[in-house]
Amino acid sequence: MSAPQVRPDGVWKVGKPLIGCRFDPSGRFLFASAEDHMVRRLDLRTGGVVGFTGHASWVRGMAFVPHGRPVGRSANEPPPGLLAAGSGLSQSAAPRPEPFTVVTGDYHGRLLWWRGDLPAPQFVWSAEAHAGWVRAVAVSPDGSVVASCGNDHLVKLWRAADGSPLRTLAGHDCHVYNLAFHPAGDRLASCDLKGIVKDWDWRAGRLVRDLDAKPLHKYDTGFRADIGGARGMAFDGAGWRLAVAGITNVSNAFAGIGNPLVITLDWATGKPTQLKPKEAFEGTAWGVGFLPSGAVVAAGARSGGRLWVWAGDDPASAAVVNVPSDGRDLALSPAGDRAAVACWDGTVYFFSLAVTAAAPSPRPVAAR
Amino acid sequence: MADAHYACRTAAHRSTRRGFLGSAALGAAGVFGAGGVSAASAAGTLTKAGKRVMVIFLSGGSSQLETWDPKPGTDTGGPFRAIPTSVPGVHVSELLPHTAKQMHRLALVRGINTAEDEHGRGATIMLTGRRPEPGIEYPHIGAVAAKLLGGESQELPGHIHVLPGGGGGFSKQDAAFLGPRFASVWLGGGQAPENVLRPGGLTDDADARREALRKKLNDRFAASRKSAATEAYAESFDQAERVFRRAEVFAVEKEPAALADRYGRHDFGRHLLLARRLLEAGVPFVRVTHSNFDTHHENFDFHLEQVAEFDRPFATLLDDLADRGMLQSTLVVVMSEFGRTPRINHLYGRDHWSKAWSVALGGAGIKGGAVVGKTNANGTAVTDREVNGGHLFHTYLRAVGLNPTKNFYPADRPVPIADPKAAAIDEVLA
Repeated sequence: MSAPQVRPDGVWKVGKPLIGCRFDPSGRFLFASAEDHMVRRLDLRTGGVVGFTGHASWVRGMAFVPHGRPVGRSANEPPPGLLAAGSGLSQSAAPRPEPFTVVTGDYHGRLLWWRGDLPAPQFVWSAEAHAGWVRAVAVSPDGSVVASCGNDHLVKLWRAADGSPLRTLAGHDCHVYNLAFHPAGDRLASCDLKGIVKDWDWRAGRLVRDLDAKPLHKYDTGFRADIGGARGMAFDGAGWRLAVAGITNVSNAFAGIGNPLVITLDWATGKPTQLKPKEAFEGTAWGVGFLPSGAVVAAGARSGGRLWVWAGDDPASAAVVNVPSDGRDLALSPAGDRAAVACWDGTVYFFSLAVTAAAPSPRPVAAR
Repeated sequence: MADAHYACRTAAHRSTRRGFLGSAALGAAGVFGAGGVSAASAAGTLTKAGKRVMVIFLSGGSSQLETWDPKPGTDTGGPFRAIPTSVPGVHVSELLPHTAKQMHRLALVRGINTAEDEHGRGATIMLTGRRPEPGIEYPHIGAVAAKLLGGESQELPGHIHVLPGGGGGFSKQDAAFLGPRFASVWLGGGQAPENVLRPGGLTDDADARREALRKKLNDRFAASRKSAATEAYAESFDQAERVFRRAEVFAVEKEPAALADRYGRHDFGRHLLLARRLLEAGVPFVRVTHSNFDTHHENFDFHLEQVAEFDRPFATLLDDLADRGMLQSTLVVVMSEFGRTPRINHLYGRDHWSKAWSVALGGAGIKGGAVVGKTNANGTAVTDREVNGGHLFHTYLRAVGLNPTKNFYPADRPVPIADPKAAAIDEVLA
């Protein structure tokens, strides 16, 4: 496995400090949330931007329910080309997008369902999902279930078809920062402030095991406060590894002085591997994902932004790319050929990821 | 020092921590020199028996937008809601649900501009009511309250500071020319002063003989070399002796479990409960430091944690004082050294901001439900009734029935008790 060539590949100037970003399952759109409480959608074919207004707080959780096809696109389907995002350029012949629902979760604990593909946003329904912040939202691989997590220490499951509550998974004893469905579909992983990763058999509502990402947490005795949590979380395509990203070695929680860290957990054994930037960099890793090659990509920031790529067995990053502003979230395109970093300066920076190696090395177990 | 732990790594607030018995001998400092101890004689008519002051100091600089002056829906507002309070039309941050129900007992001053963004100088302004000046140090509100409310016959120390962390000590600086008798005694971690109980092997008789010998030697020394330092040294022993006789006041564990639960089984809850015991026992001034709010990074996560820890114990304190009939005689002030920037920085943090922030007051002499001062739509500037630390200092004293326009007379020179360039905020006074 070799690291991809990472190159700047356009920008989208939103103009408001950004919080999160996600590609839709087809890769046609990029959704970005901002401190003005709005979620915006950029059409990567036409450059058109549409605002989704309805939240009254910050949105960090965004996930997609495809209509009639599973989450994730096939690797052999070409993604739409990226135009000058936000430039106003358009393609009159742009095809109609595939239909999907986008679910967004805010810091007032609300989930909103929208038709995400229509020319104008169409609100579908909402749920008062959590007492306190919704920190993350995910959709099961078959598109039938939406999962959310938040500051009420809970993971909640919702029927994607009608937004009705399906199940609550209780077991965390602090804020739940992130969650991700296993690609095989029967398991859900959630990670809390203290770096405890819980492996849920979500259909049975049963906790299977705890996994250890505790290096992502510290109680700072000087400031008398906890810092930690999974700021990014993702499974690889085969379900062999789970990556969680955050901050470690914190020496000053209230100034954000620590080091970004990605921990990959072998899903079969639970064995952790720490991936660190090769450079001496202080800050937090705010997003993480896997490329089809198995390479790990993360974005982070403190004094300026970074994009890191780890390939092969080297725990030190193989590639480091400067991001012009502080990255607060990372999205990888469904085909894995493009990264988007949502930044504090109100800009989404796109990067092309020219993959030079293909298949991951064979592994014996897909999932426990 | 526990409450001097700042994210920005400033070394402010570094007052010397000394042993409870060993340091008082250093005596009074400042331009008035040794004469300050004996000459600090404000008019005795100022003393108001039964009035007390409690300061809750949110160390590091709490965010006014996440507490007393929320601005939801603006570019500076952050993710939190504003919630209604027990006073119609007055809203506070959703992080204060319990305090919101006590708003009829509180007044908010929302137009503070202290024009000082450095921790140490900001704290000095808030605790002395004056901007730092070269050549003179002014006494903190605690020392002033101890002198004017506690008088000379106070059994327990008149000025106590309960703060996180371990250790204890004595901070002569905060009494300035009022002298070490009114300096703060620190109860680190809410613990009683060390060795507050007589060792088990020491009988009453042996203890009395030991003390008699100490006094004899001290008197012999003082007869030939008496100074402010020797007086202060002797005073520290006398005060320690008085504290030893009242050791039970520090025993928070004697409070009913249900009440301790309401305060919260964490350090801050325990410290507030200790403060109430001290006030109830006649201590005229107690400061409780809650740490830490210096949230340059992830302000919202940390305020969620820290303000939640403050909210319920504080509301419980107000109820407890009211239930005991103490609230009308106890001024309660919630302050910081400054507020935090309305602008949210690249780390989801807020930085130091003294130009437009808030303080809450309640209890003695305070008009519950009053809101004075106003900031603009996104909280970046005061637009109505701007005040500074001097105005607040006047207000604290007026609230407990003292006249802040009187003078102290260290070294027979008049020094106004409060900054004569400022005046009380009458709108919050009952």
